[in-house]
Amino acid sequence: MSNQHEEHESSHKPPVRKEMSRRQFLTYTLGGATAFMAAGVALPMVRFAVDPILQKKGEGAFVKVAEISKITSEPQEFSFELKQQDGWYLSTSNLTAWIRKDESGKIYALSPICKHLGCTVGWNNDKNFPDEYHCPCHGAHYTKEGKQLAVAPKPLDEYKVMLKDDWVYLGEIIPNTIVK
Amino acid sequence: MFKNVYNWIDERLDITPIWRDVADHEVPEHVNPAHHFSAFVYCFGGLTFFITVIQILSGMFLTMYYVPDIINAYNSVEYLQTQVAFGQIVRGMHHWGASLVIVMMFLHTLRVFFTGSYKAPREMNWVVGMLIFFVMIGLGLTGYLLPWDNKAYFATKVTLEIANSVPVLGPVIKELLQGGTLVGAETLTRFFAIHVFFLPAVLLILLVGHFIMIRRQGISGPL
Repeated sequence: MSNQHEEHESSHKPPVRKEMSRRQFLTYTLGGATAFMAAGVALPMVRFAVDPILQKKGEGAFVKVAEISKITSEPQEFSFELKQQDGWYLSTSNLTAWIRKDESGKIYALSPICKHLGCTVGWNNDKNFPDEYHCPCHGAHYTKEGKQLAVAPKPLDEYKVMLKDDWVYLGEIIPNTIVK
Repeated sequence: MFKNVYNWIDERLDITPIWRDVADHEVPEHVNPAHHFSAFVYCFGGLTFFITVIQILSGMFLTMYYVPDIINAYNSVEYLQTQVAFGQIVRGMHHWGASLVIVMMFLHTLRVFFTGSYKAPREMNWVVGMLIFFVMIGLGLTGYLLPWDNKAYFATKVTLEIANSVPVLGPVIKELLQGGTLVGAETLTRFFAIHVFFLPAVLLILLVGHFIMIRRQGISGPL
């Protein structure tokens, strides 16, 4: 409604009652009905498309990795297989963990994925960095708790650890909790 | 707010005449169901187009989960149908819409036939309409194979046998459609490409021609 129109109307009847023109009413009705129908078509499709971000993330299952008696204070590499359901595709991925127990006997497992750019680090694999995790790509290195000493911005990630019946079970990967 | 945005664009690009040209036109009394209820038969063409739009949209979304591969095709369809939210609805739209579009198109063709609308000067539009009909049949045929279940597989075998029965050229057509000597991996990828890229492109071109012609020539007069 233009101002001109309102002025014209108010000169006839002073009590201001906002009237909607028939044309405007029909426009709203038609637009509303169209929007409703379009939404009926579009919403299921949009919900369908965004489903991956709304699906519940499965609790990472724990995998039996190593006997507790084999864990030493020196980090050791253990590999294990993880079954993962990727949509309709079931696959196994091979993961490795460096497991040790600290002075108080607490067992923890570090992920060997370098926090710089994702290469694989190794323990004691470079004679310039004795008793450290070293990454061959860009020279990042870490203490045995995973604390970063150069290049990398964050400490090495950890696996969730569960101990049961003389075995170490590893779960999902979480940010390092040992070093601050 | 919308009005301001619209005006800002319109001042610069003068878009009003464009959509006016498309949307603003008189509907003759004899095709307006508000005047004569029996005029609803004139809606079938528009309904065909409406369902076609739904087919295109739902098809686009289905390809987010579907893979045209003999190992994964069935599993991906089962996954999107049973595990993904609204998967049953979106695939249902595409599945039922596929049949409905043929029905609507057939009714539209009958209306054009019985009102004699195909007569001069609209013969070319009838021909384009027939081409659209064949493209739609092709879309239905190629889409039928994609779930890669038993029904899809054996239906396609039969269809290819029909193609095989064409005199002289039959075996060549069959092998070309099959992409080899058996219904398998190459048939599936081939049908997928035809269903998702080739035929829709042809369909859209034909539809544009169909609509330009009907706008140029106008709807045929009352009986």
